Amino acid sequence: MAANKSTRQGEDLWKTRVEKVNAELVTLTYGTIVAQLCADYENDYTQVNQQLEKMGYNIGVRLIEDFLAKTSMARCGNFRDTADMISKVGFKIFLNVTPTVTNWTADSKSFSLLFDENPLADFVELPDDGRAQDELWFSNILCGVLRGALEMVQMSIEAHFVSDILRGNDTTEMRVTLLRMIEDEMPPEDD
Amino acid sequence: MPVFALLVISKAGSLIYHRTLPTSTSASTSSSGSQPATGTLGLPGTTSLTTNDYLVLAGTFHGVHAITKNVTPKFLANSASSSDHPPAPTTNGVTGKASSFRYPIPDAPVTGIESLESSFFKLTVFQSLTGTKFLLFTDPSMPNTDGLIRGIYDRFADHVCKNPFWHIDNPIRLDGWERALNQFLFRR
Repeated sequence: MAANKSTRQGEDLWKTRVEKVNAELVTLTYGTIVAQLCADYENDYTQVNQQLEKMGYNIGVRLIEDFLAKTSMARCGNFRDTADMISKVGFKIFLNVTPTVTNWTADSKSFSLLFDENPLADFVELPDDGRAQDELWFSNILCGVLRGALEMVQMSIEAHFVSDILRGNDTTEMRVTLLRMIEDEMPPEDD
Repeated sequence: MPVFALLVISKAGSLIYHRTLPTSTSASTSSSGSQPATGTLGLPGTTSLTTNDYLVLAGTFHGVHAITKNVTPKFLANSASSSDHPPAPTTNGVTGKASSFRYPIPDAPVTGIESLESSFFKLTVFQSLTGTKFLLFTDPSMPNTDGLIRGIYDRFADHVCKNPFWHIDNPIRLDGWERALNQFLFRR
């Protein structure tokens, strides 16, 4: 029920409130950034992953305001709602994909996003240098975006890719873990 | 022009933007005769506020807002209905004293002060989920200030947040944002 509702919200927003750009423009721009980073860091892919994550973080802390302004969304009641919202509304309106939310841990603090399609990685083949396949997470910027966006709404999370079709895995999977809620308010009254 | 002023307060409580709009004092005084000239916040005597005064005002409001958030009255709830309530950390000894009280509308988040009205002005407050507060001072007769403030937030998200050279929680000095505000507030 709730899931259907957010799917519909995502669809409506995508149709009415989102300006679209050419997909090739996005794909090529992102591809250029990653390729340039690889060149700048002389194929030190650990560094490249880190830089992408950092760039994503800087996007996320800004993008969240746009998300909130567009959606007029109220605060999510729990982390499961948050996951639903990320997939069905967040990814929907910004990338027009709805990754599947799955593999919840028992404490509801950690889940996976399975990407059936990934607009960032269209036409991409990782370099054949024997290391990129094992070290580079091509779409790592998305992890940073989630971290930045959720941090602004008082959730400290950790996100990383665990598999990527580009590396020859069967799926593209991102693991998201809630570390803690950021409480910058006064302690609850002790009545 | 029944909008008097707009203030934006960062989540840390500092004033990052303030703008006062020219109030048509001549028109209003001629129509209502004995009324004193309207100040910049719609309040008599606020014409001579300095930037420093606004900083103090913003800081004070930030504190007041935090307090009002905490003094939102709660009802004594039936113990039966407290099961669907977000679990307050209860030890077995103290059987959740806190959870036996609840807010009038349990599902609505506690927001703190949302509006303040006087015979001179109406203050509408909007706090985004990220903690940024928007304060809009308008004429008390101004309709739909909530819609207006959402519109301002839309423009903030576009013209401020999407500007790569604006740093989060820094003062906003951006022409594009000013233009968007002008267009939005004056062409209505």
